Amino acid sequence: MMSLGQSAHPAPLLGEADQFPIRVRGLRNAFGDDVVHENIDLDVRRGEILGVVGGSGTGKSVLMRSIIGLQVPEAGSIEVLGQSITADDDAGQSSIRSRWGVLFQGGALFSTLSVAENIEVPLREFYPEIDARLLAEIAHYKIRLTGLTGDAAIRYPAELSGGMRKRAGLARALALDPELLFLDEPTAGLDPIGAAAFDTLTRDLQQTLGLTVFLITHDLDTLHEICDRVAVIADKQVIAVGTIPELLALDHPWIQAYFKGPRGRAAASLRPKI
Amino acid sequence: MTDAPDFLLVPGDPADTLAFSGRMLVSTLGTLDRRLRTITTPIAQIDLAAVTAFDTVGAWICCRIMRETGAQVVNAGEGATRLIAELHRIDDGRVDTPLQPQPARVRVPGKIGDGVVNMARGGIGMLGFVGEMVRAIGGLLRHPGRFRRRALVHQMELVGVNSLGIIGLMSFLVGIVIAQQGAVELRQFGAEVYTVNLVGRLTLRELGILMTAIMVAGRSGSAFAAEIGTMKLTEEVDAMRTIGVSPMEALIIPRVLATVIMMPLLGVYAAVMGIIGGAFLGQLTLDIPFWTFISRVRNVVPDYDLWVGLIKGPVFGLVVALAGCYHGMQVKANAEEVGQRTTSAVVMAIFTVIVLDAFFAVFFSEVNWG
Repeated sequence: MMSLGQSAHPAPLLGEADQFPIRVRGLRNAFGDDVVHENIDLDVRRGEILGVVGGSGTGKSVLMRSIIGLQVPEAGSIEVLGQSITADDDAGQSSIRSRWGVLFQGGALFSTLSVAENIEVPLREFYPEIDARLLAEIAHYKIRLTGLTGDAAIRYPAELSGGMRKRAGLARALALDPELLFLDEPTAGLDPIGAAAFDTLTRDLQQTLGLTVFLITHDLDTLHEICDRVAVIADKQVIAVGTIPELLALDHPWIQAYFKGPRGRAAASLRPKI
Repeated sequence: MTDAPDFLLVPGDPADTLAFSGRMLVSTLGTLDRRLRTITTPIAQIDLAAVTAFDTVGAWICCRIMRETGAQVVNAGEGATRLIAELHRIDDGRVDTPLQPQPARVRVPGKIGDGVVNMARGGIGMLGFVGEMVRAIGGLLRHPGRFRRRALVHQMELVGVNSLGIIGLMSFLVGIVIAQQGAVELRQFGAEVYTVNLVGRLTLRELGILMTAIMVAGRSGSAFAAEIGTMKLTEEVDAMRTIGVSPMEALIIPRVLATVIMMPLLGVYAAVMGIIGGAFLGQLTLDIPFWTFISRVRNVVPDYDLWVGLIKGPVFGLVVALAGCYHGMQVKANAEEVGQRTTSAVVMAIFTVIVLDAFFAVFFSEVNWG
């Protein structure tokens, strides 16, 4: 576990874009009259795993979709790796797409391609000069890196279990060696052993590859286990960002109910006191 | 950023040292890798001292060389050491080579064989599907309360009412074309007035119902296949089964029945529109007044022409709807299959309709309805 002190004092010499790979300012999202986000500010620090929590329907996925440019916000600005997502700059946005990887909730693997081909898609798209042999090797080691056996390479998404599909999706998200990783409920639908293994995997990869991870989750174990900080979305806003002890010190009813509820207590009791 | 990676082969004894330099990243290593594979001399050391950036692809290449030559990595930074160790740990020594395409002399007969087997399987599958449907209809006859009247009406609207515009316009134009072409030929014998017979009989017996069947196959048959196929993919069909709703009763019978009911009606409607088109052209270019044309149709077209169209209608409807629903239910794995099955449904429906139409033509002339 990364120490609290380290994440609380980012290196002062780095530029702002280096220090905060994701910067969200004054974000507003609405579907018709239904306002999902109002004036959201959020900074994600380099090299941290930021957990994003909130009740169902509070717009966690919408926030992620806004940051990766799939949802055009009504107002506000979003900067990812120093590049504005909200400004009209297609060329710049295309270049940062090679610097992030996204794991969608259901994996979102291309169903007509095998797992290896799925991983090769972003590589072929951005680096056509890589030849077929190296592509196959990269796909193979990415598959192994995410804890799948090599046999998974030639299988199609429909032939995989839910957990394997998540891992294959993660392998594709990691295909380009991104700096930023977006995970949307990576452990949802996995058995506790599989979920714990996925947590460990995320942590190991994050440390080995030096990733910054934006992680949406409902899984309290994941939050306790691997997240450096947690952002809480409620009342259309990010009401708090901090480590779990910092959040617990706040007197917000939702936060108290979330972390101090029966499930929250159970997850916390398994952890050594920080 | 332009610090491209490179390598230098430093001769040594007993083996060489491979010295890398520059940024060893996924974005830069594509071309370097090809050159690396041409090295055949033994390598004892991999020197990473001059490397300025490193990611898993760089680590993988080092790992591969280590495995193939037994080389050791030296002068690696902390991050690089960790990456190489991690990749070394998971490397199972297998190299996946991309599948080589088979030679044509194997591939072509293989494809033909696959096609024949699939055709046989498709025939058996279709037979099973029809059997299952007949059984479900039997069940519905015993328990009429289970019949989904609202689904039927909804499908009748989609298949029938919503296609009135396009089928009407198409038949009107076809009527004009027949009248125009017929008049040109018949004028040579001074028999222009027989254009009425031509348009009236042709649209009622053949073209009205045939064009309608083709249009419904393209419009509704394809929609059935795509809808049901997508529902199979999203497990909606399985969900229905577990709730106790039979997909046969809920999805297929309403669609098939709606098409069977609407097809003859649409066919007659198409014939009427065709005749109106012909009459319209008659008024414009043949000097046959519109209403005269219409009343002549009543005199020259025998009653059984209408019956021919009405008998063919439900049969064509059955073929179109069955093809759509059957192919939709065959979707199993992926999105591409939905597209393929939709295409198959339309092709199969139109082909079968035309073959059946030829049989009907022979049959009706044998029973003196020609």
